[in-house]
Amino acid sequence: MKFKVNGHEVFASTGGRPFDKKKPLIIFVHGSGLTHMTWVLQTRYFAFHGYNSLAIDLPGHGLSSGKSLKSIEDMADWVSDVIDAVGHKEASLVGHSQGCLVTVECTARYPNKIKTLSLMGGAGAIPMNPELLSLAENNDPKAVDLMMDWAHGPAGHFGGHPVPGLYHINTGTMLAKSRTIQNTLGVDFRACDNYKNGFEAAKKIKCPTLSILATDDKMCPVKEGKKLASLIDGSQVDIIDNCGHMMLLEEADRVLTVLKKFITTNYPPLSS
Amino acid sequence: MSDKKKELKPNTYKFDTLSLHAGYQPHKNAGSRQVPIYQTTSYLFDDVDHAAALFNLERGGHIYSRISNPTVGVLEERVASLEGGTAALATSSGMSAIFLTVMTLCEAGDHLVVSSQLYGGTVNLFRLTLPKFGIKCTFVKPRDTEGFKKAIQKNTKGIFGELVGNPGNEIMNMPEIAKIAHDAGIPLMVDATYQTPYLCKPFEHGADIVIHSLTKWMAGHGSSMAGILVEGGKFDWMQNDKFPTMTKPYDGYHGLSFAEEFGPTAFTMKARAEGMRDFGPCLSPQNAWNVLQGIETLSVRMKKHCSNAEEMVKYLSNHESVAWVSHPSVPDHPDHELAKKLLPNGRGSMIAFGIKGGKDAGVAFINNVKLASHLANVGDTRTLVIHPASGTHSQMDEATLKFAGLSHDMIRLSVGIEDIDDIKNDFEIGFRASRKPRLVSNQ
Repeated sequence: MKFKVNGHEVFASTGGRPFDKKKPLIIFVHGSGLTHMTWVLQTRYFAFHGYNSLAIDLPGHGLSSGKSLKSIEDMADWVSDVIDAVGHKEASLVGHSQGCLVTVECTARYPNKIKTLSLMGGAGAIPMNPELLSLAENNDPKAVDLMMDWAHGPAGHFGGHPVPGLYHINTGTMLAKSRTIQNTLGVDFRACDNYKNGFEAAKKIKCPTLSILATDDKMCPVKEGKKLASLIDGSQVDIIDNCGHMMLLEEADRVLTVLKKFITTNYPPLSS
Repeated sequence: MSDKKKELKPNTYKFDTLSLHAGYQPHKNAGSRQVPIYQTTSYLFDDVDHAAALFNLERGGHIYSRISNPTVGVLEERVASLEGGTAALATSSGMSAIFLTVMTLCEAGDHLVVSSQLYGGTVNLFRLTLPKFGIKCTFVKPRDTEGFKKAIQKNTKGIFGELVGNPGNEIMNMPEIAKIAHDAGIPLMVDATYQTPYLCKPFEHGADIVIHSLTKWMAGHGSSMAGILVEGGKFDWMQNDKFPTMTKPYDGYHGLSFAEEFGPTAFTMKARAEGMRDFGPCLSPQNAWNVLQGIETLSVRMKKHCSNAEEMVKYLSNHESVAWVSHPSVPDHPDHELAKKLLPNGRGSMIAFGIKGGKDAGVAFINNVKLASHLANVGDTRTLVIHPASGTHSQMDEATLKFAGLSHDMIRLSVGIEDIDDIKNDFEIGFRASRKPRLVSNQ
């Protein structure tokens, strides 16, 4: 569906179901340079099971208009604005990678709005390799190739996509190249590199929180994810073996099972 | 010790490694090193909720082997990886892959622009069968790049062609024709069976959908029928209103918008969800496994196919019984320069040549070679020959034969990977026999 935030059109996938204000809201926030499509194996399930499922395209990404936001703090405020724009007072947030920084900051800033927080491949800080950052800011497609290499674990490099016939690395590459690299990945990487408030923000979070981490995640290693989780009261941690940073696709079923249990327990769906 | 900074390089697997490993994770298959053959029709659901989620594309997984199968899935991912595509859908034959591609793209009232140089069966599909579904086609000669542009109508939904035409070896100027297609907001579909991704990756030259008959070089062994469509993932289905079944909530699949939900894999998802459900040209897991065995050695075989083909081009070009030779490696081939650009790893192993003495000489040649097999296939590891005017294209009338660039003296040769001397010796026997009818008639 499309709606406006701060004067710019926003696209969000509703998981194949019409938006219904009576249902509780889950917002899915994608990672650097990516789009709502990374969430397809989670969003559709929730959309068909009593939730408003909104997989957003950040400004300037995917099908959303406007320019990419330059800081994690701006993105956090923007996610809060999305909740207002769709007429809800509260939401459950799910983030991946950069989306974790955004949702952690948003939850810390708007504690009354955010009911649960689910982090996938999250960390308190995501400092960027300077060469990778430079490649992305200079619109070099090699930045995407490097990201896809590092983002997939050894198993994911072979393939084995949960959806028959889809090939992980090439699909991810096309998503990351769907808009101009320097305007999406370049801006996002810089925002990640600049963001220093993750650990402080985490200490302020009081809502139920889940961290899903993966043993072969090179971008946000397990120890970094655990460090972040340790700062959040009562945070649950689930670790997936033989999986890389793109766990939401590499091990989509496992992620969905864990996420489903966590969200339905802490933020129940509207009964049909 | 050097303090030179190491340049960052992506360590994704390369072609030869992908040929052996892509699409398969042994640790999820009981540690089986070889891809298992999942000889089953259907798959257990965990519970009712799981079943509903699978049918509704909420989860990935298998339901029924007409729609997908784990062994076939490995093949699909492997070919997608080799082509540089986002997704692939394997079918029971190359023809069913073409049909499924067209039916995923088009509906009654639509139009396609199609290269005239195609396998005879494909010509019949576009010329005679698709009109029965209300889909009309305009044929354009593959070298007439401007002709493709002129043939586009308001209701045109795509351009289709074989990269190297069958059997005349005319090459489509894929980058230019892709630009024409994209300027018109429609996709370019390319049958690259003759090339395999070892010789050419059409997505790098602007194609949007690539189709293979896997029966041919990809498998190589000539044991199994199979086809595949591969999606490049770049085409923007939402750029115009030409593809409503891709971009709007679609009644054909529970109100799903394939483009919104699946983006770079939308076409394959629709082809599988709708096409395999409704038409059902599924590939058997046994045949998928057979093709996988061939793909493991694809690059090794293609090198030998191409080197043997170049030897045969030299041999035929200098032979007294040969009137002409068509192969992109021949310097005076009209597409020689284009072939260098599009086929840098080799120009393929299909040769067309004219035999002196016309049809009778051709028949004598075919009937007397012993090593070369006379049959209606190409891309086998064994050398194959056929006389198109009386074989693969025999259902065409005289005018259509001429439009398709065929002549009665043409022999189609698919060069195998046997010892090159043995192939030449066999051809000598055929050529000797081909000269006899003329000797007799001259007396």
